[in-house]
Amino acid sequence: MASWLKPLKDTRQEAFQFRGRALAGFLIITACLIGLGMRFAYLQIQRHDEFSLRSDSNRILTRPLAPGRGLIYDRNGVLLADNVAAFRLEVTPEQIKDMSAMLDKLREVVPLSDDDVARFNVLRRNKHSYQSIPLRLKLSEEEIARFAVNRWAFPGVDVVPYLTRSYPLGQEFAHVVGYVGRIDEGDLARIDKGEYAGTTHVGKTGIERFYEDRLHGEPGYEQVEVNADHRPMRVLDPRIAPKPGENLYLTIDAHLQEAAEAAFEGRAGAALAVDPRNGEVLAMVSVPSFDPNPFVNGIASADYAALLNDPDKPLLNRALRGAYTPGSTMKPFMALGGLELGLRKPEDTVLSVGEFHIPGQSRGYRDDKRGGHGRVDMVQAIAQSVNTYFYSLAYDMGIDRLSTFMATLGFGKPTGIDLVGESGGVLPSQEWKRGRFNQPFYPGETVIAGIGQGYWVVTPLQLVQAVSIVADQGIPHPLHLLRAVQNAVDAKPELMPPLAPRASVIKNPANWRTVQQGMIAVVTSGTAHGLNNGFPYVIAGKTGTAERFSRTDETWTSISDSPIERHQVLFEAFTPADDPRIAVIVALEAGRSGAHDAAPIARKIFDAWLPGDEAAQAHAASETSVVDANAAQPVQAGQP
Amino acid sequence: MLEEILARIRHRLIASLRKPRVDLPLICALLLLMGIGLATLYSASDLDRGTVLAQSLRFGLGFALLLLIARIPPLVLRNWTPWLYAGSVVLLVAVALLGEGRGAHRWLDLGVVRFQPSELLKLTMPMMVAWYLNGRPLPPGWITLGAVGVLILIPVGLIAEQPDLGTALLIAASGAFGVFLSGLAWWRIGALLAAFAAAIPVGWHFLHDYQRNRVLTLLDPEADPLGNGWHIIQSQIAVGSGGVWGKGWHHATQSRLDFLPEHTTDFIFSVFAEEWGLIGVLLLMALYAFIIARCLWIAANAKDTYSRLLSGAISMSLFVYVIVNGGMITGLLPVVGVPLPLVSYGGTSAVSLLAGFGVLMSIHAHRKLVMA
Repeated sequence: MASWLKPLKDTRQEAFQFRGRALAGFLIITACLIGLGMRFAYLQIQRHDEFSLRSDSNRILTRPLAPGRGLIYDRNGVLLADNVAAFRLEVTPEQIKDMSAMLDKLREVVPLSDDDVARFNVLRRNKHSYQSIPLRLKLSEEEIARFAVNRWAFPGVDVVPYLTRSYPLGQEFAHVVGYVGRIDEGDLARIDKGEYAGTTHVGKTGIERFYEDRLHGEPGYEQVEVNADHRPMRVLDPRIAPKPGENLYLTIDAHLQEAAEAAFEGRAGAALAVDPRNGEVLAMVSVPSFDPNPFVNGIASADYAALLNDPDKPLLNRALRGAYTPGSTMKPFMALGGLELGLRKPEDTVLSVGEFHIPGQSRGYRDDKRGGHGRVDMVQAIAQSVNTYFYSLAYDMGIDRLSTFMATLGFGKPTGIDLVGESGGVLPSQEWKRGRFNQPFYPGETVIAGIGQGYWVVTPLQLVQAVSIVADQGIPHPLHLLRAVQNAVDAKPELMPPLAPRASVIKNPANWRTVQQGMIAVVTSGTAHGLNNGFPYVIAGKTGTAERFSRTDETWTSISDSPIERHQVLFEAFTPADDPRIAVIVALEAGRSGAHDAAPIARKIFDAWLPGDEAAQAHAASETSVVDANAAQPVQAGQP
Repeated sequence: MLEEILARIRHRLIASLRKPRVDLPLICALLLLMGIGLATLYSASDLDRGTVLAQSLRFGLGFALLLLIARIPPLVLRNWTPWLYAGSVVLLVAVALLGEGRGAHRWLDLGVVRFQPSELLKLTMPMMVAWYLNGRPLPPGWITLGAVGVLILIPVGLIAEQPDLGTALLIAASGAFGVFLSGLAWWRIGALLAAFAAAIPVGWHFLHDYQRNRVLTLLDPEADPLGNGWHIIQSQIAVGSGGVWGKGWHHATQSRLDFLPEHTTDFIFSVFAEEWGLIGVLLLMALYAFIIARCLWIAANAKDTYSRLLSGAISMSLFVYVIVNGGMITGLLPVVGVPLPLVSYGGTSAVSLLAGFGVLMSIHAHRKLVMA
């Protein structure tokens, strides 16, 4: 019906029409509302689990709690590495509109180095913008006060308390304990990011690095409810507390360490003291050293460059990595090898006339004394450090047997001490020379290897290990620095299980006795005579002096006339001679001779090692003793 | 003189008690809805009494307006209609010329209060359509339809230009419902819908970029979860995590921790759904359905075509609010600023809605006169 046919209004019809439409409209509305209800049902039933999860992940942030780092003590409980409260500046980038403007403004209040800013920017790239990032560590009280006054001008910048590592004894233990530093990109590769989520520092060197796993502990977690801006609103249960790292007790005796370092009087070198009965390292000194404390919170690059460029190389751990020519300190080991291999009997003698010749060769290998020492047996050869005796022994032994025997004393490979970065030195052998130079081993090289010259390179650690093996009658005890660990503050420190000694390198105890007698003769009548004066126990030792530079002429020079920088000087010793409880090596980079410069340091270490009452007596006695230094030492007598 | 006045007042009082001017079931449902609204708002505003107090004052103002309008006979309203319509269109033009607001010109500052003239149209538009159709033979033909179309499109165009597409659509719908209820032939409705569908691609070109984004985001909210998709995703998380029974009052983490934007205004339904779950949602929708049904019942009993169409259109507009807001928070419809009636925080919307119910009450109160 078209509308123009019915122009008049029909109200009754319209009312009827309306009711129909109202009903239709209501049905449509109901249908739509049911549709909407189904949509709600779909979201709230079908996808409820999914959205619940997303709601929780929206609001719940798992925040790692960094564990407290374990402390490090010496064997008697002297604190070597501590955690102290400090304050740092943290920035939440999200809340900063213009970062560089803010940093410029902040610089006027708190000094910021370019290093701080650079490190901050690296961290900023690796974190979310709502995570706060340390900008300046270890604020001074004045800086904290100045910032507090101006804090209103720096929204998003906060002063946050934290625990920082401190090394109360500073440089004395820098080479043993090492230091921690801020985690950098290199560290990220070797640590588990989950374990270190809340940790800012990691062990970089020394014990701190080697026992990182023990020291670090286990992180805890707390769940925090955050709002849409990631700001924490409240902490939820449960909270898993972090498990602090273990406290470590080192084998080092801080008192001995201190005495040893002081004995160097600043001269570059290294010293080690070891208990030969179990391989415990009692002292480990490398001079010069450095203060590890600035490294913890980021050393200024200028200061770091100064340390790197220092000609005395304070950052070098000489005990661990120093490359020394062992020289005559090898002679007791050579003697022991000669006896063990049946090449020499103690009473066999050699005539020293000042020069040794390999049969059929005209080249002479010199003694240190013009005209030689005359006819000497093994004890005298050790005591007087007679080169000819050991030239002849090495020649008879040959390089293969020489290097095989020396390998049993641990030369040529790292000792495996619990530190990172140890050098292995060089043990001369046919194999080594072929690998290094692709040349055969010449007899002349074997001869000088017999007096610890030539290709020999040892670390003080290797030397003290060999001395310690000899001292304990041939039984090798692995060298180590960790004595005990403490799992919790109130727990008793638990001693580390003793490391199993390896098989003795000495088959016949009488052989040991001969070498021991030779080394005793060194300090009583030999090159280091007088060293034993006033000491309650018998000392057995051996000097070593090696040229730092190869000689350019063939002229014979008396060592005592040499300029003092010319020689690397060494001294090895153990005491009491019959029942050794301490073995020592002292290496100096420059000195007149082993007896003159290195032996007195060893004596000071022994003195410090004595228990209190014995030490007092010994000190009084040694006032009168004189360590004579005119003992002659061998020089490298020729290159093949 | 004084006695006379007192007698009149007494007479009025007795009369109003005997024959209430308001529909009690509807008033009860509205009060219940407002109560729910205030409770949800209290929770959504994180227990901010100030917000709830402000909203209560608006409810009070709106309710006073409801009672006032309920006293005005529909005949008077009908006579005022063209002037009210013209006045509100003039205000819209004024807004377009000197309005203010962030990004969009919606507000008119009257010195004392600022208000959106577009809210007036929510009432004057159905009034005008009803007024016009009341004078035309029904069901309407194409000519009538054309004329109504002009009446609708002038203000809708002005509002869409502000731009406020949500309100424009609501107002267009309230006019269209008038036409629908007037008995427009189904085939003509079909033809209009087809034409509308065909016009969508053209209309797309007239949309602002942000409006297009809202539509595109609806199709794939996860494409930009922290930007355009944020509202839709967070709202769905809120609704979905509520489950069947809800998290409980003031336990809506999505809103309390500010993940859900606009959680006291356009997205308050999400908060309600998170706190009360599917059960709460279904009960709330049932309450709306009851209100709409009751309003349509009043409309069906109205005395003349004007009253019928006006009250019918107002009732059905209420439905549009609910379905658009519900569709928006569940990710079925694009994000448009449509409040949930009497629950969302916001003054003008509450007042204009209650004024609309006032019109319904007036029509209800004067129905008997028609029958007589």
